[in-house]
Formats: sequence, C-alpha cells, structure tokens
Amino acid sequence: MSRSYLPHWIHWLGSPPNFYRFAGALRPWLMAVALASAAIGLYGGLVLAPPDYQQGDAYRIIFIHVPSAWMSLFIYATMAVAGLVALVWRVKLAEVIAMECAPTGAAFTLVTLVTGSLWGKPMWGTWWTWDARLTSELVLFFLYLGVIGLCNAFEDRRRGARAASLLALVGIVNLPIIHYSVQWWNTLHQGTTVDFLDPARSSIAPAMLWPLLVMALATHLYFFASLLGRTRTGLLSLESGKQWVRALVDGQPAQTTGAPT
Amino acid sequence: MAHWFAMGGYAIYVWPAYAVFLVVLAWDWFAPASRRRRLTRELRGKLARERTRGTRATRAEAST
Repeated sequence: MSRSYLPHWIHWLGSPPNFYRFAGALRPWLMAVALASAAIGLYGGLVLAPPDYQQGDAYRIIFIHVPSAWMSLFIYATMAVAGLVALVWRVKLAEVIAMECAPTGAAFTLVTLVTGSLWGKPMWGTWWTWDARLTSELVLFFLYLGVIGLCNAFEDRRRGARAASLLALVGIVNLPIIHYSVQWWNTLHQGTTVDFLDPARSSIAPAMLWPLLVMALATHLYFFASLLGRTRTGLLSLESGKQWVRALVDGQPAQTTGAPT
Repeated sequence: MAHWFAMGGYAIYVWPAYAVFLVVLAWDWFAPASRRRRLTRELRGKLARERTRGTRATRAEAST
C-alpha cells in the first residue's frame, strides 16, 4: 500500500471520528466567511456594478449564473477525485465524500440551468435551446442524478458508493466538453467571459469582474461548508454501529439534537 | 430604491433568478439537518432497546 507515503495528518484525518470532529469545528467558520463574501459580492454586483451597455441590468444574473456553473464543474471534479480514491484505496471517508458531493453539485447545476433560462429568455428570446453548452450542462445534471440513484440502488451502501464512483469517473469526459463547447460549437451561448489561463482575453470590466470573483469565492466556501456537514451526517449513518457514534449519540444529547453544530 | 428594484425593466428575470439561487441552496443547507435528526433518533431508540433487553435477556436474543 502506498498509504505509508502520505503525511501523518492525512491518516489522522482519514479516520471517521477524527474527520467528524474536525469538520464540525471548521464548518461554521467556512459558512460565516461564505455568507460575508456573498453579501459583499451581491452588493458589488447588484448595486455598485454599472449596467451592461448591451444587456442593461439583465446581465446581473451573471453574478449567480457563472459562479454556479463553475461550481457545477468544480464539484463534479471533486466528486470524481474522491471517487477515484474510493475505488483505488477503498478509503471509507473518500466514499462518503464522493457521494455527499452529488446533491450539492446537482443543486448548483440546477441553479445554473434555471438562471441561464431566465437570462436566455430576455436576451435570446427563448427559455431553452439545444445549444452545445446548454445540452452538455443538462447532461451534467443527469450525471449527478445518476450518481445519486446508483448509490442508493445497492443494499450495501459501500458497494453502492463504489459503483457510483465509477460512474462519476466515466462522466468526467463531460467536463472538457462543457468547458470547450462554446469554442467547438459556436452556437447561441456566449463565449468565455473570464479566462483564467489568459486574462488578456477576458471581456469584462473590473467593476463587474470583482463581484463575480467574490461570488465565486463565496460559492466555493459554501460548498466546502455544505460538504463537511453532509459528510458528517454520512459518516454517522455509515458508522452507526461503531463505538464512537454510540458514545456521541449517548453522551452528548444537546449536541446531536436540533440543528447540526 | 424602486428604480433599482425595477432592474431596468428586467426585474421579472433578475429577481426570480436570485430567488432560485437562494431557495435551492437553502434546501441544500437544511436538508441534511433533518436526515441527521432522524438518524440520531433512530440510533438513540436502538441503543435504548438494546439496554432494556440486555438486562433481562441473553446477548443472543438481543442480536435477533
């Protein structure tokens, strides 16, 4: 096993009770910073940024649409990496993380599709079109649903998680298709607005760019906070027979009832 | 304020988009809490049953 090459803290964190406590401590801070940056980003995007010279105020949907679209890809990649670790090394924590990525990823993909539709109607005159970008994003949504469904189709949850991890890995071919769709098939969806690899190609004013990037930061932090919470619950469920979960349920009733801490 | 809320005539597209964003993410945030509460309740019930059974029955019966 190549696990001996890993630093000690990864071993420590890979143990479910340790991860459970670590995630519980980190999660509120991540969410606090996510909410604060979302407030700043939304103020910048909805109030400070000027209207677009072509699209007027309709373009303001960009401040949620594009960060959500980035998250739909980022979460999928995270899920696939965790799925790979789950398949190759059979790490229980990686199985849980991979599976708990899927609902939040599906949520962001849904937000991307719906906000895009609400943006497309005034700009393109249609709610939906079978444009390459839109279609590949819809395929991503179905991939997330497929991962969730496949995971739940098995009686043995660990086998379900590994089967769904395999599906997640196969589906990763869709990510470059989504990313390059606006270049390969130059149909209705507009091209890249923010190009991180080549900033000179970005076609966005600084007053519009900074709220977009702050919203991107907020959604990333939100995702990590959400994932930590979901993973904690997933670990409790998977390890319900273990001593640490029994002690937790027994010994700290104030902490385990009501809202998750 | 009313001018800002009108979003240059695009209010019926901009505000529903933001509402969808908030509602979907609020679902994502709060859905695991109810799953967690249900799980904790089930586990606590199971532990309580094991304990009452354990006082008057053998371990073999308790595990069935």
